[in-house]
Amino acid sequence: MKKTISLLVLLAIVQVSAAPFDGGYEVGDIARDFQLKNVDGASVSLSDYKEAKGFIVVFTCNTCPYAKLYEQRIIALDKKYKGAGYPVIAIQPNDGSLSPGDSFEAMQANSNKKGFSFPYLLDETQEIARAYGAARTPHVFLLNKESGKLRVAYIGAIDNNHQDSNKADKKYVEDAVDALIASRKVPVTFTKAIGCTIKWSGT
Amino acid sequence: MLRSVLLIFFLFGAGATMAQDVEVIKYPQLGAIINTNEDGIKVINFWATWCKPCVEEIGYFEAANSQFRDKGVSVILVSFDFGKDVEKKVQKFIDKNDLRSRVLVLDETDYNSFIDKVSPSWSGAIPATLIVNSKTGKKQFYEKTFKEGELSEVIEAFIN
Repeated sequence: MKKTISLLVLLAIVQVSAAPFDGGYEVGDIARDFQLKNVDGASVSLSDYKEAKGFIVVFTCNTCPYAKLYEQRIIALDKKYKGAGYPVIAIQPNDGSLSPGDSFEAMQANSNKKGFSFPYLLDETQEIARAYGAARTPHVFLLNKESGKLRVAYIGAIDNNHQDSNKADKKYVEDAVDALIASRKVPVTFTKAIGCTIKWSGT
Repeated sequence: MLRSVLLIFFLFGAGATMAQDVEVIKYPQLGAIINTNEDGIKVINFWATWCKPCVEEIGYFEAANSQFRDKGVSVILVSFDFGKDVEKKVQKFIDKNDLRSRVLVLDETDYNSFIDKVSPSWSGAIPATLIVNSKTGKKQFYEKTFKEGELSEVIEAFIN
């Protein structure tokens, strides 16, 4: 009996840990809204942004070296595109018990220290990271509002040089947002990058 | 004088017989390793010293490297540590853990240009592992952390 139970538990764990890589959005899909806690304690949903034309949703965290390297670039994206209707919404998906440097308190401290001009939300149940199909940090999902729905316009990396933004000759997210603003076709809709695996609960 | 001779002997002599020296490469060199026409099976693990789940499973790869060596399997650990950390972190990690597997640092920036070449099913998250028989073209890819005993089962199944 005990053996059966542990086997069932094991199966459940295997299924949960396999889920993030199977599901998730593809470019062109309609993205769901959410209600997540921001570092200031308030609850944030995309529907709160009545004037927005879309969102630069970034799954990121405090601890991943890539997330750190891209932090200033994420701040710059918000500065550049918030006024044009495409604000940054940052979501931290790691389980804080597996990655203590990503706890809610650590998120608050990091946001204050770096002066984040955008919401930095905790995806405590990891439901949103799973629904979107976030696999690593940082991982961008650019959403465009189309007749009230949020259509995924780009998934991937911010640019093609994590070490030095000045040497990046492909600025994927900027090119994609610029295209949306100009009602042009997004030139590159999907890219991959090396990143830190999301610290899923129960793994 | 004797002291420096001893020191030199110690540095070089020890280096050759003990832990590996890290090599820094670009993607074409890794591509050549994956697509070579030589015999043998390669277990290529993508990791970094800063990646906690990666470091936790390194021991399984080290064990597999000695367990399957006489079956023509070699383990290659490909790190994404940054250039400035090669000596300070990667070589230190190799020495501290006395790693016997070959260790490479992949010094690339345009990640999107090669991830699909390793495997189209790779999102880019690490740890990740490619098992390849270059001669037959048989490949298996895992974007996950292995649990104890699981890696040797997977390699065993791949060989047979």
